Amino acid sequence: MELTGAEIFIECLRAERVETIFGYPGGAVLFLYDALEKAEKEGKIKHILARHEQGALHAAEGYAKSTDKPGVAIVTSGPGATNAVTGIADAYMDSVPLVVFTGQVHRHLIGNDAFQEVDIVGITRPCVKHNFLVTDIKDLADTIKKAFYIATTGRPGPVLVDIPKDITDNESRCEFNYDAPPKMRSYNPTLKGNTRQIRRAIDFLLEAKQPIIYTGGGVIMSGASSQLKDFTQMLNFPITNTLMGLGAYPATDKQFVGMLGMHGTYEANMAMHHSDLIIAIGARFDDRVTGNIEKFCPDAKIIHIDIDPASISKNIMVNVPIVGDVKQVLLALIKELKIRGDQPDQENLGHWWKQISEWQAKDCLKFDTNTQRVKAQYVVQKYWELSEGDAYVCSDVGQHQMWAAQYYKFDQPNRWINSGGLGTMGFGLPAAMGVQLAHPDAEVACITGDGSIQMCIQELGTCSQYKLPIKIISLNNGYLGMVRQWQEFFYQKNYAMSYNEALPDFVKLAEAYGHVGLRIEKNEDVEGALKEALALKDRLVFMDFVTEQEGNVYPMIPAGAGLNEMILV
Amino acid sequence: MGMSMIKEERHVISILMENEAGALSRVAGLFSARGYNIESLTVAPTEDKSLSRMTLVTCGSNDIVEQILKQLNKLIDVVKVYDLSEDNPIEREMMFIKVSANNMAACGAIKRLVDIFRARIIDVKSRTFTIEVTGDRNKLNAFIAAVEDHNILEVVRSGCMGISRGNSALKI
Repeated sequence: MELTGAEIFIECLRAERVETIFGYPGGAVLFLYDALEKAEKEGKIKHILARHEQGALHAAEGYAKSTDKPGVAIVTSGPGATNAVTGIADAYMDSVPLVVFTGQVHRHLIGNDAFQEVDIVGITRPCVKHNFLVTDIKDLADTIKKAFYIATTGRPGPVLVDIPKDITDNESRCEFNYDAPPKMRSYNPTLKGNTRQIRRAIDFLLEAKQPIIYTGGGVIMSGASSQLKDFTQMLNFPITNTLMGLGAYPATDKQFVGMLGMHGTYEANMAMHHSDLIIAIGARFDDRVTGNIEKFCPDAKIIHIDIDPASISKNIMVNVPIVGDVKQVLLALIKELKIRGDQPDQENLGHWWKQISEWQAKDCLKFDTNTQRVKAQYVVQKYWELSEGDAYVCSDVGQHQMWAAQYYKFDQPNRWINSGGLGTMGFGLPAAMGVQLAHPDAEVACITGDGSIQMCIQELGTCSQYKLPIKIISLNNGYLGMVRQWQEFFYQKNYAMSYNEALPDFVKLAEAYGHVGLRIEKNEDVEGALKEALALKDRLVFMDFVTEQEGNVYPMIPAGAGLNEMILV
Repeated sequence: MGMSMIKEERHVISILMENEAGALSRVAGLFSARGYNIESLTVAPTEDKSLSRMTLVTCGSNDIVEQILKQLNKLIDVVKVYDLSEDNPIEREMMFIKVSANNMAACGAIKRLVDIFRARIIDVKSRTFTIEVTGDRNKLNAFIAAVEDHNILEVVRSGCMGISRGNSALKI
């Protein structure tokens, strides 16, 4: 049967088992929305109307990061598309599988500076895994199929499909076919690790005296947490996670030494610096992890497992490169270890663990709880206790993000949803919407600050419309806290433009949107407020914690320093 | 290792890519976004109309060139990438150069240079010669230097094309 472009679009989404699509309508996507509305009435798909395209994109990211499905979004041409760019770039940096549909002006108007025309394929080229402009209705289904395939395979990422309005109108029709996965001669990700490199890796593992396993978001993408646990426990090696990798290994396990990097734990960074072998898994040696690369881990040999060959030896040269899907490579390593039947020298490992426990004894995350004003770290720690470590925690970007990462101990993957690579303020609330929609009965929190929350505050409206009972934990210090901290340390306390003048009354603001607002000013009231909020199962609760104003995130590696040069409290 | 220790070498990279709108800008954009340099770049469709062949000349240390090859491979439109520099490739570039002679003696001198360099005069008008020269870039540079005493009006160079020797071929 011949279908219109808009009908083909819907059939493609159904074939891809898309249940939820996030978006915002506009002129160029009116035919698509017409078809979406019909499909929604028939119960085929659910459309979530954000209040801004950036919100729609981050919601799609939250949805994708907390599930094993791609996030899907639809926006109109011109400003709709440019508003989506931040979300697309964010997904690109954090390898989030997204398929983004943008409307485009009629084909005969392209290049004419038409109303709401923008070259979104050109604009997004450096921040998508791939993008397409559909120029013929005959290519529409095949293009959408390729988009889903590219977004979700290999190293995942955002794929944009730009669809001119006249391809979706009621005049043009085309036969609909949607068969086997697309064949692409130019795209064929390597999944299985090279056997010779895997054997070499085993040699390195067995000889190591001071090893450390360093894992990132790739483990979570690959769904390899249980394999990582087996591998780590077989070897009895210490393990650290990057910001993106938290939850891949249980944070409460004794082999976990905490997050590494700029605001990582002293023990994780010291263990990295003094290691003789680093096993990097699905991590990319980001500058926030390595510190000064000239000083990075001087004695370490490196095994690097990653699905993206371009991530290997990009910033740091490695000794054993293994290109492949993390889960498959870990399974191969475990199998090979069992075949060999050897163990690393336990006496050496014993010395290494003793050294690590000495670093741990510094208790680098300790903080003063005996304060009048709310202590931000205490809020996160209490929330972890009261939610029994089982919440989905989304965060914005800044000091609160680091405190969330340091004090909420994630024992499961896909529970920590934040903007790591791009560092997008405004990410948290819409991401939490996507998570709550994917997990309607789960406890979902957005840990944020007075700066970040205002960047996508309009999404409180979306939360009302879809009755999303998110718990917003706003650590309000009246400053753009991370900016202020850097100004304190490195700009002679010149707090240029980092004080948040004219903050709104967040309680009233929450209430204006039909939510519950709480303002907490004393540390002794933190626990009570969190309990109250958690008990309101079906309501969004905006908790405005008025914290100490000039609290800093410790420990910290200053820019240009090595991992062994941390500033402690 | 200090920057001065890192040896930068010229690499001739061959790329087979889908003959799609925007494919060229993906390659050019990659180089500008990541700060790699492009010495020259030529591209045209092949005998298989669905494929374009690009020759790209760049300069960098081995580590950088390895990253460039990986990043090129990562582009979805790129089918195959090969660093020709590894096996003494054949390189050719074409140049049009327009030279005007001041007098009849200079006309003779230009014609002699054309013969020596096995170039060709493809147009003449009132003591102005349009010359076609083909060769590697050193030959073209040498020809420019040789005719410099005369009046060079215009130079158009195609950029380098490269192909490997023997029976190896970059094909799908």
